[in-house]
Amino acid sequence: MARAQSPRRRLITTLAAWAVALIIFFPVLWMILTSFKTEASAVAMPPQFLSADWTLENYAEVWARSDYPRFFWNSVVISIGSTLFGLAIAIPSAWAMAFVPGKKTKDLLMWMLSTKMMPAVAVMIPLYLLFQRLGLIDTKFGLVIALMLMNLPIIIWMLYTYFKEIPGEILEASRMDGATLWGEIIYVLTPMALPGIASTMLLNIILAWNEAFWTIVLTTTKAAPLSAFIASFSAPQGLFYAKLSAASAMAILPILILGWFSQKQLVRGLTFGAVK
Amino acid sequence: MSTHSSRLAARLMVAPSVALLLIWMIVPLAMTLYYSFRFYRLLSPDRTGWVGFNNYLWFMNAPDFWLALFNTLTLVGGVLIITVILGTLIALLIDQPVKGQGLLRILIIAPFFVMPPVAASIWENLFMHPQNGLFSAVSRGFGAQPILFLEDYPMLSVIGIVSWEWLPFATLILLTALQSLSSEQLEAAEMDGASAFSRFRYIILPHMTRAITVVILIQTIFLLGIFGEIYTTTQGGPGSASTTLPYMIFKQAIVAKDIGRAAAGGIIAVILANIVAYFLMRGLGRNLDS
Repeated sequence: MARAQSPRRRLITTLAAWAVALIIFFPVLWMILTSFKTEASAVAMPPQFLSADWTLENYAEVWARSDYPRFFWNSVVISIGSTLFGLAIAIPSAWAMAFVPGKKTKDLLMWMLSTKMMPAVAVMIPLYLLFQRLGLIDTKFGLVIALMLMNLPIIIWMLYTYFKEIPGEILEASRMDGATLWGEIIYVLTPMALPGIASTMLLNIILAWNEAFWTIVLTTTKAAPLSAFIASFSAPQGLFYAKLSAASAMAILPILILGWFSQKQLVRGLTFGAVK
Repeated sequence: MSTHSSRLAARLMVAPSVALLLIWMIVPLAMTLYYSFRFYRLLSPDRTGWVGFNNYLWFMNAPDFWLALFNTLTLVGGVLIITVILGTLIALLIDQPVKGQGLLRILIIAPFFVMPPVAASIWENLFMHPQNGLFSAVSRGFGAQPILFLEDYPMLSVIGIVSWEWLPFATLILLTALQSLSSEQLEAAEMDGASAFSRFRYIILPHMTRAITVVILIQTIFLLGIFGEIYTTTQGGPGSASTTLPYMIFKQAIVAKDIGRAAAGGIIAVILANIVAYFLMRGLGRNLDS
């Protein structure tokens, strides 16, 4: 809805929009700045912006003191693994619900979403005991399963809204031409649904990367991802602002950068079919 | 296009996810229900047995219970109100032709990528800390005493942190909805002399209903279980001023090591979530059909 405006009004809205965006972004920026300061400079009063003592020491120390690559690798495996596993189960379901809807399809979708409303803390003990019994505590496989199930309703919901956008006539035409069910899925649907699948995948990788409850409850050391790394970091070390900031930056930067690069697909995915 | 065989195939394709979600929901729920009627404390492993509704009675008569219930609803409601209103305003602002919209979006979406423990620790240490936080520096700059955010206004502070985390989500969904609105309609209304407010009220807002519904639905799902932000910042305190239902259950299970009573609290939380879900679907479900 871009409309013609006077240059003066345009300048004011531009300035206002940038001010709002910078305020929202400022906490992240401040954390990144703090991570490059010396500890003394980080807590100096009044706060130092450009006059601070800059250093890379904090990153070196966090790197030396903890096994960052292992945490990072666990995060990668768990978030990508749970997303791919979830997609494999969700794509057929969402396809069926979108193209062969029954009377109960809407209710089924709502029910699936409502399973996510169960507070994680409420079922923490039983799930811990179950995982223990199954030997899944502190394993990447266990976390892949847990996070896949946790995000499955969101994956199905998103794919469903994408698949619904695909016109049914195309499918009928391909069926007339003698395509089988699987041929239909592989050659007709998949190419059309690929952008939707990509944004679903991105959003779920981010949700899994940032999950910080089950990853902490269900792991100890071997399978602990970056959310557990940061939790362990802020606890025993006391208040070392610069090092805490460096560790925080190391935990969020990979996903922040991925998110920034794929921002367009992601925003489209976020709308959950809210915008036609 | 639904022949008999394609219906059957469709059922088979939906079956795995339904089965998995049923198991994922029912098994832990059944176990929690079982424990909620048992005497089960890790500190006295020899004593076991059925206790009827005693765990529930204890939990509901605990001094923190009603406060925790109130805090849980305040947190959900507060964050929803802040993110929907601010999100709408920011979306309206960014939807104007401004320079560098792409970069603006990148800045605004950033908090969404920050994991909850990091978000909470940034706010707690770098901003709200009474000695070293940036806010205290600002207060001192004006010659005032630093505000003790987490001590004096714990719930407001937690609501603020969580709102910051969810604001990008609300803003971007609402922005996308705004951008799909045709400008002809607005221009026509403007020509007919409709004020900015009535253009918003009668054209923009109805167009955004569906997007606002989705924001409320998805956020509520995540907000009902908020835990990490409280655990990192206030630990439910001071006293129990910022204890929510999930945090109260956590304390009972992990600190008091009383699984039975924590399980009763868990069942109460599930019932609460269902009540909220029922009203949400009732009130908003029809906005989603269209």
